[in-house]
Amino acid sequence: MSTVLKMVPDKRREKGLCRSGLTLRDNRNEVLARTEGSGCYNGLTNMPLKEADPIFFEKLASRIRAVLVDARETAKKIAASPIVEQEGELCFTLYNAAGDAVLTSTGIMIHVGTMGAAIKYMIENEWERNPTINPGDMFTNNDCAIGNVHPCDVATIVPIFWNNNLVGWVGGVTHVIDLGAVSPGSMSNGQFSRFGDGLQITCRKTGVNDEPLRDWLHESQRNVRATNYWILDERTRIAGCHMIRDRMEEVIAEVGIEVFESFGYEIIEDGRRGLQNRIKSMLIPGKYRQVSFIDVPYKHEAMSTPAQYAKVDSIMHSPSTIEIRADGSWKLDFEGASRWGWHTYNSSQVAFTSGIWVFMTQHLVPNERVNDGAYYGTEFHLPYGTWMNPDDRRTGHAYAWHFLVGSWTSLWRGLGRCYFGRGYLEEVNAGNSSTANWLQGGGINQDGDFHAVNSFEPAASGAGARAWADGLDHAAAIWNPEGDMGDMEIWELAEPLVYLGRAIKTNSGGAGKYRGGCGFETLRMIWKAKDWAMTFMGDGYVVCNWGMMGGYPSSAGYRFAAHNTGLKDRIANGESLPLGHDWDPDSPQWEFSLGKSAEVIRDKQTMATEQPFEDYDLYLNLIRGGPGFGDPIERSCRDLEADLNGHYVLPRFAAAVYGAVAKQDAKGAWQIDDAATAARREAMKRERIARSMPVRDWIKQEAKRVAAKDGSDQVQHMYASSFMASKKFLEDFRAFWSLPKEWILRLGEDGVTGFGQQSIPLDSLPDVRRVVLVDESVVAPEDY
Amino acid sequence: MTSYTKKEVGDLVDGRLPFNTVHRMLSMPKDVERFELYLQVLQERVSWPDKIILARGPHLYIVQDAKSKRWVNKCACGHVMGEYHENWKLYANIFVRNSEALLNELQPKLMAPHHEWQEIREFICPECGIMHDVEAPVPWYPILNEFEPDIETFYRDWVKLPLPEKAN
Repeated sequence: MSTVLKMVPDKRREKGLCRSGLTLRDNRNEVLARTEGSGCYNGLTNMPLKEADPIFFEKLASRIRAVLVDARETAKKIAASPIVEQEGELCFTLYNAAGDAVLTSTGIMIHVGTMGAAIKYMIENEWERNPTINPGDMFTNNDCAIGNVHPCDVATIVPIFWNNNLVGWVGGVTHVIDLGAVSPGSMSNGQFSRFGDGLQITCRKTGVNDEPLRDWLHESQRNVRATNYWILDERTRIAGCHMIRDRMEEVIAEVGIEVFESFGYEIIEDGRRGLQNRIKSMLIPGKYRQVSFIDVPYKHEAMSTPAQYAKVDSIMHSPSTIEIRADGSWKLDFEGASRWGWHTYNSSQVAFTSGIWVFMTQHLVPNERVNDGAYYGTEFHLPYGTWMNPDDRRTGHAYAWHFLVGSWTSLWRGLGRCYFGRGYLEEVNAGNSSTANWLQGGGINQDGDFHAVNSFEPAASGAGARAWADGLDHAAAIWNPEGDMGDMEIWELAEPLVYLGRAIKTNSGGAGKYRGGCGFETLRMIWKAKDWAMTFMGDGYVVCNWGMMGGYPSSAGYRFAAHNTGLKDRIANGESLPLGHDWDPDSPQWEFSLGKSAEVIRDKQTMATEQPFEDYDLYLNLIRGGPGFGDPIERSCRDLEADLNGHYVLPRFAAAVYGAVAKQDAKGAWQIDDAATAARREAMKRERIARSMPVRDWIKQEAKRVAAKDGSDQVQHMYASSFMASKKFLEDFRAFWSLPKEWILRLGEDGVTGFGQQSIPLDSLPDVRRVVLVDESVVAPEDY
Repeated sequence: MTSYTKKEVGDLVDGRLPFNTVHRMLSMPKDVERFELYLQVLQERVSWPDKIILARGPHLYIVQDAKSKRWVNKCACGHVMGEYHENWKLYANIFVRNSEALLNELQPKLMAPHHEWQEIREFICPECGIMHDVEAPVPWYPILNEFEPDIETFYRDWVKLPLPEKAN
């Protein structure tokens, strides 16, 4: 089974909240013990309810799911924040008394696990005894140290009671627009630790008798910037939770509490078995290895941090091995991952494991039964101390998605090899994009209010190519299956930023027989703002996705901003303006429509802390594309014509990468010469052979460079940080490059920055019990 | 249970299957006979007699050598790239893009990764020049052996097909 059971059953004590008389903690411990003993969730080697009446079981599942979806769709209309109301960044989930997810609504499904982690924390740390759990109570949590993704995902959790016994929980989460962090926006990046990530609430009782407590309201509202959005987001969560709780009480009254409780356990076992069956019916047993990286470029002057020790260039390392066994069980092993760092991209173990299901539901388990069954059917190894399972309570998490999105893109490739091998080509996807840039900032807005903004346009990034078609253009984000870029008119209401353009980002999709989906770019002009500052956030020096089976990665991001633009005068004079596309950044055009003294920033430093912006300044929000599939010289000529005429590919790269021989007709339309293109492609194959070398020769050549540690600071930092917690990764590395056994690279040595090698675990605090839900074992090198 | 014809599977391989059919494939339970049909489609498209056991990519297969019965990695052009359990990339040619100029052949400079952070490795068949795979790792990264299938279990227990004879 998947869990490392750290919670040992206690002896029975005074009557607890469960119907059995057990305390919540004893009840959960017994569930875990039965699970471990039987291999089936809660010991359910049989599922009496489902086996007795499968139709009733399905109807009940559908009914409860409908309640969850209904609550989400209804409650989100309360919110004013476009993140919630437009993008649907909210989710409601039903849990059983043990805190395991039963069913969830549509939306940001990562929170199936994160809200469950909060409930489990309350159970394990005996909230039942103090602060007590009663009908009508509300709890609020966004603490990343116990499982939340990032502080801006705020959860309201409401217990469900029946005859004074706790029989379940409902949780609702919204992604709030600002959390009162060091800089404005929900995922700010100026801070480097938890002590700057913004307001963090640890499963606090924030309401009684269905009413929020006044001290909570007064305190929380003054600790965030966009208070109106904050208030309405909370009302959204409360309304949804109460809708669901009330409807569950109706269900219980109708079917009986025994049936309701049995259902809440059986459906999780049903989910576990369902995953195992899907694995056997869609995948191929064996071992799959993949890796991905993403940049942490903090040395640049555009990154201001309060601490010099955070001014480090580094790279996130996310290696993984998927082991699929004969019985349909599987293990996802991230041995070798790099250490947590002084930035806001660290992830809790639950955010990592739970988030994986968001994209698994898009192919491996594409049904409505997203619950903790999939978790119980999966073994995770996340070594303690890595960025995906920090062993330290100081870590920042505000933009955990930078690493999560960068990490998971490689898992698509692993599963894609299974689908491709079995002939299920329809399921293959080359990987997800890095969902960025994140346009964030704040100040005094166009209405004169103190305000923060966080555009969610990356919810419509480019998708990875498939093995039968191109990736979807500007349509998807890995963290929300309902991709939506939002309406410009709504964003302009929420932000003092006028649109000067919104266009396909040419060349942003990875090249391939099937092209990665392109992202898009929006050019914003600051308008009627005061004391206004904005940040950039996304990948720039490193592309996290790789492409698959001959396809190339997507493009990387870059930064464009312009100050002192002279646009006020140009508008008054009716002169040309920078509009629409930044067609080819190698030959920039917008600069020709700016005043002579304009200060333009164009670089790859796509992490930038708050920079002041004034009216008529410009900001480019560049949304990334997805990776390609298959050798680009096999792309059909007609698809290439469409690429050129639709501005998806720049003409010179159509020639250099795809071998296209094309010309424009009198009306400017591109036409491909099929015969000349075929001949050019044959020539490209010969050129490839001529300029490449045998891999074994290259390894000998490259090994000398590795042995001499000939690499940039960020490369050295990544390896030193990865070797620290993994003897296996270090030994495999030495073996591949035939390095002597004394070769090593350590943090703090040979010029590699080493601040932060100590650990301050969460459970070093008094009276705190961690809930451990993965194998977090570490075998470190003896000589590190 | 859904089922598809060999022609439909072939059209899927060619990227020509109508979307409605692909959508059905996506949304309905998987057709268990797909693997056999897929192998038939792939086998008819290669010029050599060796039996395809598993597809590693659009032009790369694990095959049973017709004469020796050894299982090997084989390019569609016929070039053998090691035994089936070996990393086929070690038998390929490689071209590494690790400078601004080489990366600029793929993307505008600002849209390419930075060569001091990341490089792009192209794995080429030394005989026909097809590009089987692209890696985009941090410099120094060992070449990945990405896929070690347990073919025996897969054939015997999962798809219940006779296992081709294996001499290695």
